Amino acid sequence: MALPQAKQTATEARLASLTMPDPGCTKAAREGALARVNQMGLPGRRDEYWKYTQPDTLVSPQAPQAAVLDAGEPLVFSDVDRLSIVFIDGVFSPEDSDDLTLEGVTIDRLEDICCKDIHWAKELYGKLEERGQTPVQRPLAALNTAYATDGVAIHVTGKPSKPINFVYRHESETSDAILHHVIRVESDAEVTILETGPAASRFNKCMEIDIADNGTLHHIRAQGRDHERRAVTHMFTRLGKESTYKSFTLTVNGVLTRNEQVVELTGDDAVAHVAGACVGDGDFLHDDTVFITHEAVNCESRQVFKKVLRNGATGVFQGKILVKEGAQKTDGYQISQSLLLDDDSQFLAKPELEIYADDVACSHGSTSGAIDETALFYLRSRGVPYKDATNMLTLAFLAEAVDEIEDRALAEEIVTRLEGWLARRS
Amino acid sequence: MLEIKNLHVQLEEEDKRILKGVDLTVEAGKVHAIMGPNGSGKSTLSYVLSGRDGYEVTEGSATLDGQDLLEMEPEERAAAGIFLAFQYPVEIPGVGNMTFLRTAVNAQRKARGEDELSAAEFLKVVRAKAKSLKIDADMLKRPVNVGFSGGEKKRNEILQMAMLEPKMCILDETDSGLDVDAMKLVSEGVNALRDAGRGFLVITHYQRLLDHIKPDVVHIMADGRIVKSGGPELALEVEHNGYSDILAEVN
Repeated sequence: MALPQAKQTATEARLASLTMPDPGCTKAAREGALARVNQMGLPGRRDEYWKYTQPDTLVSPQAPQAAVLDAGEPLVFSDVDRLSIVFIDGVFSPEDSDDLTLEGVTIDRLEDICCKDIHWAKELYGKLEERGQTPVQRPLAALNTAYATDGVAIHVTGKPSKPINFVYRHESETSDAILHHVIRVESDAEVTILETGPAASRFNKCMEIDIADNGTLHHIRAQGRDHERRAVTHMFTRLGKESTYKSFTLTVNGVLTRNEQVVELTGDDAVAHVAGACVGDGDFLHDDTVFITHEAVNCESRQVFKKVLRNGATGVFQGKILVKEGAQKTDGYQISQSLLLDDDSQFLAKPELEIYADDVACSHGSTSGAIDETALFYLRSRGVPYKDATNMLTLAFLAEAVDEIEDRALAEEIVTRLEGWLARRS
Repeated sequence: MLEIKNLHVQLEEEDKRILKGVDLTVEAGKVHAIMGPNGSGKSTLSYVLSGRDGYEVTEGSATLDGQDLLEMEPEERAAAGIFLAFQYPVEIPGVGNMTFLRTAVNAQRKARGEDELSAAEFLKVVRAKAKSLKIDADMLKRPVNVGFSGGEKKRNEILQMAMLEPKMCILDETDSGLDVDAMKLVSEGVNALRDAGRGFLVITHYQRLLDHIKPDVVHIMADGRIVKSGGPELALEVEHNGYSDILAEVN
């Protein structure tokens, strides 16, 4: 079916602004992805899946200009013992990165993979993204697969002693970065992936994660505080038997941030937790779009999203649990809540359950509300000043999401950032 | 210590007068009890003294050691020495009981220009006080009042009172929802805090709490006023004859 004219025009204009890098062994994957983009067209404001979030500036040929923020503080996790992989405006910087050798993992740059004929990542690159295109289309992820200019492939075969940290730096006001990472976690292997820093003026990032039986991947990401950020990110995760995926994202400010998580539980007894804490103060929009598919027996999934919004900030949550036929004993949980600190902010939520198995437990809830006046008075009546009491209740509201981070030291880092954000507003 | 003069209060949202000229003085070292039928304004008085929103004072005054309470924010009143033990203590998910206590204690110390307690000092004090109220380590770790039984919530109120060492303690129906043993425990906690420098205002429906916390003065409140004051025997009279005799006598 032909695309609507406006969509066709917008898609052609965007594609004309891009050049496919020398694809090497990713050639077939990239060409396939490009064909998907042409067939689907890039998202437009009339698309149902983009009902709450205007994609125009994510699709436009040129990235809108975005000021570089001097946050006046080091990035989150700067004090954590980690292996840093640094990208400046979407370009890998070997000088700023650590030595990429670490026991238990092999890390290759996308560029180096492309020039090889045989590489394990070839089997993964674009594969999970392609699977993730049904039943809902994600054209910006396909665009990413086709045109990604950099990224890394991480093969986890053991239990590395420290987390691997993608550190993004934003130095050019017009940068338009497309990064694609692929991660394969082998059986019984376990890794923690951290992501920090403002990446570019406009950032399109895709991560494909394949976790084998009994494998574990922890993902903790901090986005912000770059106010003029426009970002669309996709994480496609496939889980094998008894494997675990736990992802947490802190999103602070940013004009437009759309984070999509597409998770497939394909092996029995697998566990996937996807959580997010967002804080927005101003004309910012955060969109968490999550699609979790249960295909196996006795799997557990949790979606926990909390958003604190004020001064016109908008929060969006589109979360779905799809339980396929035969995925018995599924335990699915989904909660999305917003704390609206004034009347100018809004929260738009679309929780969805689609269940084709008869022996499952799935629950979902979504709420919007102001600070609990009774709790506020209780704290103040004990001598806690108004601002401190409000901040305490705000942090308490976010706690359920932050608690999804298993490593307490890393969770503390996130809490410290949230406290800083609150303190700057006091 | 606490001086309330001709206090008139109405609800902010609707034109409903609740307190219609309350006069009451609580001296340091004394326990005053307020009894009265439902809807007489007892809880409103406790809220107005502690600074809850939603009430409008149209006339009169309330001072603590000469300081005008009605001009202060709730946290300022707390630092000045007012403490309200809630009839329905509030559950606060996500805030640990211990964190809450320490924040409150240190906020008040800071407001009074005192040094904050270190984590170690605080822990030592809180453990000793919690033990006497039979509050275990688990209750201290859990979020404030979340999943607490009625008795646990009230004991937690008394623990906060013991930690904050207020000058003026207002107990709003602290006996409600308590069984006999819990009431004894809570009363012991309150009695342990009685001293020459501290005043108490105990609001209750029933005389039985006053068996445990012996009042110096008992007031009967009806229709927004204190209609009769007397010694502990007044509470017994209410217990035996109800309020109707007293109200008839006053009218």
